[in-house]
Amino acid sequence: MLDLTKYNSLGEALRDALETWPLEVCLYESDRGQEKERITYREFKQRALPLAKWLQDSGFGPGHRAAIIMTNQSKWLISAYAVFFCGGTLVPLDYKLRPEEQWKLARHSGASVLITEYPIWRQLSADPGRAEAETLKTVLVTEAPTNADLAGAMRWEDARATGEPTIVPRSREDLACIVYSSGTGGTPKGCMMTHGNYLEQCVSLTTWYPFWPGVKYLSILPTNHAIDFMVGFIGPFTCGAAVVHLRTLRPEFVREAFPKYRITYVSLVPLVLKNLQKGLQARFDELPPSKRRVFELLRKINVALTKRRPLRPLSRLLLKQVHAGFGGHIEAIIVGGAFTEPQTLQFFYDLGLPVANGYGLTEAGTAVTVNDLKPFRADTVGKPLPGMEVRIVNPDADGIGQVAVRSKTVMAGYLNEPDLTAETILDGWLMTGDMGRFDREGHLQLFGRKKNMIVTEEGKNVYAEDIEQAFDGLPVKEFCVFAANYVWSSRSMVGEQLVLVVHLEPGKAFTEELKQQIVARNNKLLNYKRVHGVVVYDEDFPLTASMKIIRVALAERLGKLKREEAIQPI
Amino acid sequence: MAEKQFKVSPGSLKPEDDFYKKLGIDSLQALELLSRLENHFNIELPDYEVQGVSDFKTLAERVQARL
Repeated sequence: MLDLTKYNSLGEALRDALETWPLEVCLYESDRGQEKERITYREFKQRALPLAKWLQDSGFGPGHRAAIIMTNQSKWLISAYAVFFCGGTLVPLDYKLRPEEQWKLARHSGASVLITEYPIWRQLSADPGRAEAETLKTVLVTEAPTNADLAGAMRWEDARATGEPTIVPRSREDLACIVYSSGTGGTPKGCMMTHGNYLEQCVSLTTWYPFWPGVKYLSILPTNHAIDFMVGFIGPFTCGAAVVHLRTLRPEFVREAFPKYRITYVSLVPLVLKNLQKGLQARFDELPPSKRRVFELLRKINVALTKRRPLRPLSRLLLKQVHAGFGGHIEAIIVGGAFTEPQTLQFFYDLGLPVANGYGLTEAGTAVTVNDLKPFRADTVGKPLPGMEVRIVNPDADGIGQVAVRSKTVMAGYLNEPDLTAETILDGWLMTGDMGRFDREGHLQLFGRKKNMIVTEEGKNVYAEDIEQAFDGLPVKEFCVFAANYVWSSRSMVGEQLVLVVHLEPGKAFTEELKQQIVARNNKLLNYKRVHGVVVYDEDFPLTASMKIIRVALAERLGKLKREEAIQPI
Repeated sequence: MAEKQFKVSPGSLKPEDDFYKKLGIDSLQALELLSRLENHFNIELPDYEVQGVSDFKTLAERVQARL
């Protein structure tokens, strides 16, 4: 790995990476099981520099911003490097957002350049939001068909100039990216991330989860997401490793990619991990009794032997068939973006597939705590990464309080939001709005968000998200627990209660049987943690691109219903 | 095909139905349906072609355009 302490900017670190491993492959690009591209570090440089030169010739440089809206592919990373090389600031936007949302963010960021793909541009250029992006001067579009109407854009492939571009030095305090957190906090906020933030985070993360030449990271989470940007770009590139992009994200092609590329790391959101668990469990259940018994025995042996630490080669040997499906080279499955249920984490660990679960937020520069696997703990979000100071602010009698983070990875602030920044970063401490406590081993445990909670008459704080686990597996499409006063704001501090909001499977009714299932699960909770009623909601819950429920938006929708009519007491 | 794949009674799906809502499927399951359509019609439907599509009618139009 490069010694990142020596560098001041991502541009310079990446430039040296491209010189250090010229013949190593840095990118694989596959479409429908067929490999379309295999790019070495040298080839990456050869593709990026003419674009950098073109950008420089067109006046793009320090202080300028370039937005990027692309699916995960080589041109995303090539373009990003060209932007850093020129000393510009990158604005990675979510390709899954609606065009009007993308224009809103592009405008907010003040980007003068937009780099996108033709299919995305077709929708963007037709959207009226385009007129509002006043600062935007240049649009580069990749992979446009011949004779396509580019609606004022230019072909990315033509944005090349000859001659040596000059790398523009940046300081660690300069802005590298403006990242819009899709988060569950309502209006998107532009987190101003510095070069120093990323360099520090990269050192910190790779201390526990290293990359090296030969490592292959399967990039599925969108690259604009803080996790993929770090572990699917900066991390592997500064270590000489490779990233695998799939142009078609169908489950069958994703499955195929693991053995084909002998994947080392992959990042997933909890929803996908859970689906993977369901699929595997279904296959285990189908095994004939004799094979099933052997499998369970081997799993038990693996559990016993890996209690203290992972023993990957041994697990691969014991549970050969399971590991073969994953290519047999998995170091860890990185899971993030939302809270993952302990039983899902344990399921994979018991198979010898360690899940690097953790806790992080864009504002803190991706990860704050991560499972160090010494030993694996499914019930926590791990320990603070090196360089992270984490403390619990105003802990209650149970030690639970707001999680605050101080580190060189914490963002410079929210773009154009000085008041919000001042509220969020107090005396250098990032107030996360998440509630947590440390256990004796120094592991962080989370207990929901600050506001969606109740304080019972007994003075107990109960966090709505904490209660949700009790309803896992309920036969409904989706569900969510809210503090009723959070949804229907009340000035009173009495009568606080939790409600379970369920969205039923299509065509299904809220039957007495379902109600009894809810009651039975509810009764297993300590009495002060129980929900007091059910809200049957017949619309899809609003979800972020990473499939998290946008609680604020859902609460807002529910708030339009009449509280008394909406809640069915149980 | 959707009726078969997601085991709902024949004739219960209409062209204008939102398949996410009606079938209660998630985005991964929708992608599986796409793969079946591709195999059945022997066409390729790039992910971007169906981004934002959630009803059978529009989906059918996209398939038609590729035939």
